[in-house]
Amino acid sequence: MSTVAVQQVRRALALARKDVRIYYAKGPVIIFGILFPIFLFLAFAMGRHLTIEFMIPGLLGMILFFTSTSISPVVAPWEAQSRTLERLMSCPVRLETIILGDILASFGFGLGISLVPLILGLSLGVSVSHPFIFAVALILAAFCFSSLGNVFSIPPTNMPSTVQMVSGAVKLPIIFMSGIFIPLNELPLWGQVLSYFSPLTYFVDLVRASLQGQGHLSSLIDLLALLAFTILFLIVALRFHRRTMPQRL
Amino acid sequence: MSRNDPAIRVEALTKYYGQLRAVDGISFEVQRGEFFGLLGPNGAGKTTTVRILTGVIRADGGRAFILGHEAGSLPAKQAAGVVPEVANPYLDLSGWNNLMLMAELYGVPRRVAQERATQLLEQVGLLERKDDLTRRYSKGMKQRLLLCLALISEPEVLFLDEPTSGLDVQSARLIKNLLRQLNREGKTIFLTTHNLEEANQLCDRVAIIDRGKLVAMDAPEKLRLAIRHHHSIEVSFEDRVSTENLAELPGVDRVEQMGDKYRLYTSEPGEVVVALVNYSCCQGCKIISLNTLAPSLEDAFLAFTENKS
Repeated sequence: MSTVAVQQVRRALALARKDVRIYYAKGPVIIFGILFPIFLFLAFAMGRHLTIEFMIPGLLGMILFFTSTSISPVVAPWEAQSRTLERLMSCPVRLETIILGDILASFGFGLGISLVPLILGLSLGVSVSHPFIFAVALILAAFCFSSLGNVFSIPPTNMPSTVQMVSGAVKLPIIFMSGIFIPLNELPLWGQVLSYFSPLTYFVDLVRASLQGQGHLSSLIDLLALLAFTILFLIVALRFHRRTMPQRL
Repeated sequence: MSRNDPAIRVEALTKYYGQLRAVDGISFEVQRGEFFGLLGPNGAGKTTTVRILTGVIRADGGRAFILGHEAGSLPAKQAAGVVPEVANPYLDLSGWNNLMLMAELYGVPRRVAQERATQLLEQVGLLERKDDLTRRYSKGMKQRLLLCLALISEPEVLFLDEPTSGLDVQSARLIKNLLRQLNREGKTIFLTTHNLEEANQLCDRVAIIDRGKLVAMDAPEKLRLAIRHHHSIEVSFEDRVSTENLAELPGVDRVEQMGDKYRLYTSEPGEVVVALVNYSCCQGCKIISLNTLAPSLEDAFLAFTENKS
């Protein structure tokens, strides 16, 4: 890697630490990041006699998805509003570095919070039969969902509420079409087809494969699909932020 | 980059906001070690020019270079420190953490950054408050911190957009003294201001920008000389006199009443003084005070901006 690239990665990490310190490491953000998916999940799971092996992948998927996409969409509008974005743009960092910094902060936060359902599952007797696949899936999915969160911040509005509304309108349907509440093989054909357009489907399937030993799709397909979504979200974020970022300043 | 490159070179720079041409083909150079001021009324294009030079926004036409590097490129940004118009440190970070973040973004090693930050904070009187969140800082304190943020990377060129605007006298003086010191140490300083006295006190050379165009550029003293015919005489009488009568005196171009005084604009101050004394004798109205005023930078500024209107 060239010296400039190394420098830019270091600066992206500095930006990520700044994001964590300012936006993520707040009591309400952490508590909401854990409680909201848990309650949403319990609302659908209670009374359905689901096994813990089925519940934990869904809960883990929801928590990782919600936490990784919760703050990253609003960082750019917040920073534009407070004029700190202007400061960053005058610093020797590329636009890609700023975007990578935001994604890395969200990635770290998502991974950290996802330990909660993982520890819960392990303490309830769930075992991980394929730890390597599980670890790769968790890391890849956290990066993928964080990149998606960054895509939500593309519209050049400086109103965080507008961005929250847009991201909410996309996130909630994704939750329902990703095999969290109903196993993929029990979905009607149209439901299965729709579920393949959600990156969360592949993560939940991978976690089920890691915990239960078998998923709906092969783990390789799941991993490749998650990777493809990650690349797609990164390309969209980089290309469109380049276009919309000047409109924020 | 060569040592012969000017600190800042601007060639036919243009920026549109919709139909409005905010910066209209301006060109100038700032030499290394120079203290350069960009003067202009509100909306003249000063901030837009600084934002292009510091890489925040892109120009629609023309080019700009910082130490030979294209404005907006990483080397150009690395060489520059910026104090923007609106105070924008991270309010949820302490002054110290803001400085450490900037140091990381400019690639300053941690230990060097800590030494510089301590020194800078001490210089601007913020060392004792370094661990406070900046949202608890006053406007003057934030502005002093912004100057520290701009200096943490020891930039060769410093851009300041209205750095003393709205500050208390003490903070403004501290910042001006620090800027003088930095300039003496060899830093190139690019200052935008609409405070003419500030430009007069600090700058080696000023450019006047109006409606996106440069209308004059020279040393403050030379700009004043350029309008040396814009002399004025300030006079007050014991009784009220008619401004129309004063305007008819030989050599008087224009008269303005300013409270109990009259300001007579002329290119022949000697002739007007004689005429005023004669007028006073003939009309029997005693002169209380009489001062001849050389044109100020403010007069130069008004003359140059009004000429273009």
